[in-house]
Amino acid sequence: MQARTPPSLPSNRHGWRRTATLALGAALGLSGLAPLQAQTGKPTAKASATVATSATDKVALISLDDDPRYATRRLEQAYPGHPGGRLLDAVQLGIDDSEVALRGIRHGLALQDARATRLEALPELLAKLKQERAKFWLLDLPPEGVQLAVKAAGSTALLFNLSAPHDDLRGAHCAAQLLHTLPSHAMLQDALVQYLAARSWQNAWVLQGPSADDALLLAAWNRAAKRYGIKTAGIRAFKLSGDPRERDLANTRLLSADRQHDLVTVLDADGEFARTLPYATQQPRPVVGSNGLMPLAWHPQWERNGGPQVSRRFRKLAGRPMTGQDWSAWIAVRSVVAALVEQPQASAVGHAQALRSGHIFVDGAKGPRLSFRAWDGQLRQPVFLAHGDGVVGLAPLDGVLHPTDVLDTLGIDQRESTCKAAP
Amino acid sequence: MPPIHPRPAVRSCLACAAPAPMRGGPAADPAPRHALRVRPGLALRALVVGGLALAGWLPLGAQAQTVYVSSEKDHKVHVLDAAGKLQSSISVCQRPRDLKPSPDRARIYVVCGDSNQLGVIDRASGKQIDGIKLGDSPELLDLSPDGKTAYVTIEDESVLAAYDLASKKPLFKVRTGGEPEGVLITPDGKTAYVTSEDANVVHVIDLAARKVVKDIKAGQRPRRFALSPDGKELWVSNELGASVSVIDTGSQSVKATLEFKIAGLRASDITPVGVTMTRDGQTAWVSLGRANQVAEVDVASRQVRRTVLAGKRAWGLALSPDEAVLYVTNGLSDDMTLIDTRQGKAIRTVAAGRVPHTPLVLAR
Repeated sequence: MQARTPPSLPSNRHGWRRTATLALGAALGLSGLAPLQAQTGKPTAKASATVATSATDKVALISLDDDPRYATRRLEQAYPGHPGGRLLDAVQLGIDDSEVALRGIRHGLALQDARATRLEALPELLAKLKQERAKFWLLDLPPEGVQLAVKAAGSTALLFNLSAPHDDLRGAHCAAQLLHTLPSHAMLQDALVQYLAARSWQNAWVLQGPSADDALLLAAWNRAAKRYGIKTAGIRAFKLSGDPRERDLANTRLLSADRQHDLVTVLDADGEFARTLPYATQQPRPVVGSNGLMPLAWHPQWERNGGPQVSRRFRKLAGRPMTGQDWSAWIAVRSVVAALVEQPQASAVGHAQALRSGHIFVDGAKGPRLSFRAWDGQLRQPVFLAHGDGVVGLAPLDGVLHPTDVLDTLGIDQRESTCKAAP
Repeated sequence: MPPIHPRPAVRSCLACAAPAPMRGGPAADPAPRHALRVRPGLALRALVVGGLALAGWLPLGAQAQTVYVSSEKDHKVHVLDAAGKLQSSISVCQRPRDLKPSPDRARIYVVCGDSNQLGVIDRASGKQIDGIKLGDSPELLDLSPDGKTAYVTIEDESVLAAYDLASKKPLFKVRTGGEPEGVLITPDGKTAYVTSEDANVVHVIDLAARKVVKDIKAGQRPRRFALSPDGKELWVSNELGASVSVIDTGSQSVKATLEFKIAGLRASDITPVGVTMTRDGQTAWVSLGRANQVAEVDVASRQVRRTVLAGKRAWGLALSPDEAVLYVTNGLSDDMTLIDTRQGKAIRTVAAGRVPHTPLVLAR
C-alpha cells in the first residue's frame, strides 16, 4: 500500500500541509496561461502562497496502515462497492474544488494524512491530533476505530465517518459530532429493494455469506424487504470452498436450484463469492446485492448532474476511477467548507449543530441538493442502482413518497432512529 | 439518429382543448408582422392556418423564423421551422451545447463539449464549415460585441477562455471556480460575468485586465444569466437553490433573491437553469428543470405571474423574434415545447433529438 502513496505525501504524515490558503490578491490575479493549481496532477505541497487568510483549520484524514481493504492484492480485485484506493486524493480534490469558497471567507485548510500503524496505535495518534487542535477529523476507519475517535475527540473536533456503512454507528453508537457521508447498510438495501418493488420482482432467493458484516447486510435486507413487500423465498448460506463434501454450500448452481424465485440476492461483504454468481445460477435469474445490480454511493459512469466532471477531475488527480468511498470523502470536505462559509468562526460543536440543522446544503453531483439528517448525522442522498458497467436507476425511485423529504425513504427515518446524541 | 417528427404530445393537447388563442389567424392579430407581407399565393395557406388556429393551433407555420437546436448525443444541430417541424439536421462536432449567432447572423457558433471545439456553421449552406480548438470540455459561450472574440467557459479546466475567431488562436484564460458554466459579456465588452456551479459564485471578470475582480456569492449551483435591457439587473438561475439571484450591476451585489414555489412540489424538485428576458425588460422566463415547467416572472415586482408545463427537465430557452413563442428544450424527454407567451400555454411539443441542449431562434 505504500507503493500507492503519491511520492510527495510521506512528509505529510509528520506535518500539516497548508492548502487552499491563497492570498486574496494573488488568487484574484491568477489569470493568463500560468500553470493552474487545480490542474496539477498529483497533489503537491501548496505552501507557496503568502497568506491573507484570517484563519486556517486543520483537516486530518485518519486511517490505518494495516487496513486490509488497501492491501495491494485486495485493491487489484477491485470488487464493486469497495474502495479503489486510499482517500487522500478525494480529500485533496474536495479542498481543490473549494478554493473559491475558501477564498471568499479568507479561510485556509491544512491537510494531514494521519495514519496509525494499526488499530492499537490509533489512540496515540488521536491524542496527538487533539493536542494539535485538528478541528476536522475525516475517519477512514473500521467501526471500532470510529468509536475510538469519537471517544478521543470529545467536543473538540467535528468527525466525518467516510467509509463505515454500519447502521449501529448511526444508531446506538451515534455521537453528537459524528457525521456520516457514506450511505448506511439500511440506505443501500432500501435503495435496492425500492428498485425491485418498482419492477415487481417479488420473490428473492437470498444467499448469505459467513461474516459478521454479511449478517448486518441480511438484517438490512430483511428490514427493507419487509418495508416494500419483497418476499424472501429462501435463504442459503454460502461458503467459499472447493471441498466436494461442501459443494452444496459453494456451488452456485446447487445454491440457486430453487424454482420459485424471481431473482437472487447475494449478501457478501467480502465480494469474492458474489463475483462468481452472475450468469452462473441454475435458473436464468438476475443477481442483485453485492454483485450484479448493486446499490452504490457513486459510479464513475454517472452521466448527469455534473457527475462526469467530478469523476473526470478525480481521475485526473488520482489516476483511477472514483468509487463511493472517494465520493464520500470528497463530499465530506465540501460539507466542511459549506459549514465554514456559513460560520467561519464557529467551534466544532457549532459546525455540528449547523450541519445537523438540515439548513446547510451541499451539491453531490447526484441531482438534488444534499443535507444532513438531524437525528443521526447521516448525509441524505440518492443511491445509484448500478452494474459494473453503468447506472440503471436512481433511488429514491419515481413514485416513492415521503411526508417531508423523499430522500428520507432511504435508511433510518426520524421515528425509527435509536440515536440519542445531538450536538 | 431517427428522423424527427413533430408529435402531438399529451401536453400540447392541453392547449388543443383550450379556447382558440387570440392570435388566431392573421385577421385576428392587430399586428401581424408576417401576415401583412404574405404573398397572394400564400393567402390560401394563411386561411388554412387561421382555420387551424380556431381549432386551437397557433399559426406558427406562417412565421418567418428558424429554430436551431443543439442535440448533445446526436452530434447534430437540428433545424426546425417556427412550428417545430424538422427541416434538416447539420452534422457538427461532438456533443454540441451552446449556440450563438455571428453579429451578421450568417454563421452560428456551436460549442462542442466532447471534441473540445467551437464549430462554425454556415447558415446558407447548412454545414459546419470550420472548427476552432478549445480547452477541455467547453460548455457555454458568449461573443464580444464586435463578434471578433469568443469567450467560452471550459468546465474541466475551470477557466474562462478567450479565442480570436479570425486567427482561431487562444487569447487568454482567466481562472474561475469549479465547473464554470454561464458566461455573459456586457454590451460594452468590458466585463464578463461567469458562474461557477461548484463554488456557488458569480465571478466578475475585467476583460482588459484579464482577471477576476469580484466574486459575488449566488445561490446553490448557479447556472445561467439574463441581463436586463437597461443593463442594471443581472439575473442568475440557481439550480439547487430553487431560485434566481438578482444582481445589481452597479454595486455588484445580490439585491434580491426570487425563490420559486410551486404547489405540490418541494424545493428540491425545482431546479432553475435557463433564464431569458423580453426586450422591454418587463418579463423574464425561467426554466425550472425537474419541475418540468417554465415560470413567467414580472421583472419589476419579481413575482411569478404563472408557470407553464413543458417537458422533462426543461432547461434551454429561447424567444422567437416577435417574442410570441418561447421554445423550451427538455433534456430528459428529448423534446422541445413551444409555448404561446401571451396565452401562457404550451402549444405543442416536438421531438428534438437526443438530449436537446440549446434552442437558438433566428429570423429566416
